[in-house]
Amino acid sequence: MKFIPDPVGKFFHRMASPPHFYALAGQMIPWLTGIFLVLLGYGLFAGLYLAPTDYQQGDSYRIIYIHVPSAWMSLFIYIVMALAGAIGLIWRIKLAEIMAISSASVGASFTFIALVTGSLWGKPMWGTWWVWDARLTSELILLFLYLGVMGLYNAIDDKRTASKAVAILALVGVVNIPIIHYSVEWWNTLHQGPTVTKMDKPSIHISMLIPLLTMAVAFKFYYVIAVLQRARLELLHRERTSAWVKKLVMEQNK
Amino acid sequence: MSIATFFAMGGYAFYVWTAYGICFLVLVFNILMPIRQRLSFLQELARKQQRQQ
Amino acid sequence: MNPARRQRLILIVVMVVGIAIAVGFALKSFNENLMYFFSTSDVVAGKAPKAALFRLGGMVVKGTVQHPGKGLMVQFKLTDFTKEVTVEYTGILPDLFREGQGIVANGTLDARGVFIAQEVLAKHDENYMPPEVKASLKKNMPTETSQ
Repeated sequence: MKFIPDPVGKFFHRMASPPHFYALAGQMIPWLTGIFLVLLGYGLFAGLYLAPTDYQQGDSYRIIYIHVPSAWMSLFIYIVMALAGAIGLIWRIKLAEIMAISSASVGASFTFIALVTGSLWGKPMWGTWWVWDARLTSELILLFLYLGVMGLYNAIDDKRTASKAVAILALVGVVNIPIIHYSVEWWNTLHQGPTVTKMDKPSIHISMLIPLLTMAVAFKFYYVIAVLQRARLELLHRERTSAWVKKLVMEQNK
Repeated sequence: MSIATFFAMGGYAFYVWTAYGICFLVLVFNILMPIRQRLSFLQELARKQQRQQ
Repeated sequence: MNPARRQRLILIVVMVVGIAIAVGFALKSFNENLMYFFSTSDVVAGKAPKAALFRLGGMVVKGTVQHPGKGLMVQFKLTDFTKEVTVEYTGILPDLFREGQGIVANGTLDARGVFIAQEVLAKHDENYMPPEVKASLKKNMPTETSQ
């Protein structure tokens, strides 16, 4: 059985070779950062200044422009991490293992941001910093899953074994993802239902939706930048005795 | 809109700006940390290599 | 795919599906406990705890917010559009508290069947729009209520 034609397979093989990846990532980062900053600049300006005040929540609703994209990223990155982990487990591709563990800290950061900004939004609107409803609790569990992945990886010295353990933990935690998403529909929660992703008409005004989607795309770019930075570090660590790293250091020493 | 009303955020300045501030700090930290660690690791490798020569 | 890889793939799929099913059953059995609040119909039907603290959620019925006596004591009716429950609360209400707003109150039922709240939280809806749009919506649909 063959799913992938030869030239494509070769292309990916070359991409996945550590020295090539290291150099390519280094070249891509400035461009990605440029795009990210433009999107972020527009998103912040549109969200904080251009977008109108909300009829019900006044200006406090503007936290949505970082809260919701962060929450989306926290779920998205977890899925990417679990998939990369699974690919690493099945095909034993080193770069997939590195992508999985590099995603963990970025995902944990977005989960943390979603929780903290949600708290800062909940206090003035709901009247409380925190409640143990299904949505908030399942998102907190997501943070612990990320931290568990990071802790487990650091606890095991052999990084290939560590990657296997981490991938299994990440895959087990995948069940939490649909729970987070549907928690507001399956149970009575203080957190409101979905705004953008619900199937019938979107319940956010277009002038508020555009900055929200801009921020969401900006955060996607941020994730790629952050994960590549982490992956470069991780790659150097793992390959420190290899010829290409020695050559890299030698050139730097000149 | 004056600058003062913009920063006042309709009375929610504390909540809105704290949220944006924390978000910004975490995002910047997450980029700078791996860069710093990578550069210092490269320096460490360079020192080792020079000693071996 | 070679046999070893296929075996690993199958193992992973079985593992994830198995855990998902187990968690699904666990959540189903804990369903009641995962509900953050009881509805007003639950309370009228006697499903809510009699002597213990619990949370009650519903919409503040228009025209029922009263300030009997002096001070911060406020009395209002909550509804889930089927049954109504009277709530009494003394304290500071959240910014979003208003008639027609969805709220969650934490407290106990007294002998009269009145819910004595110790804490009132506002539950806002998932709609975001400028005030002008809301105003024109209201004009077109006078019966519209925000939950």
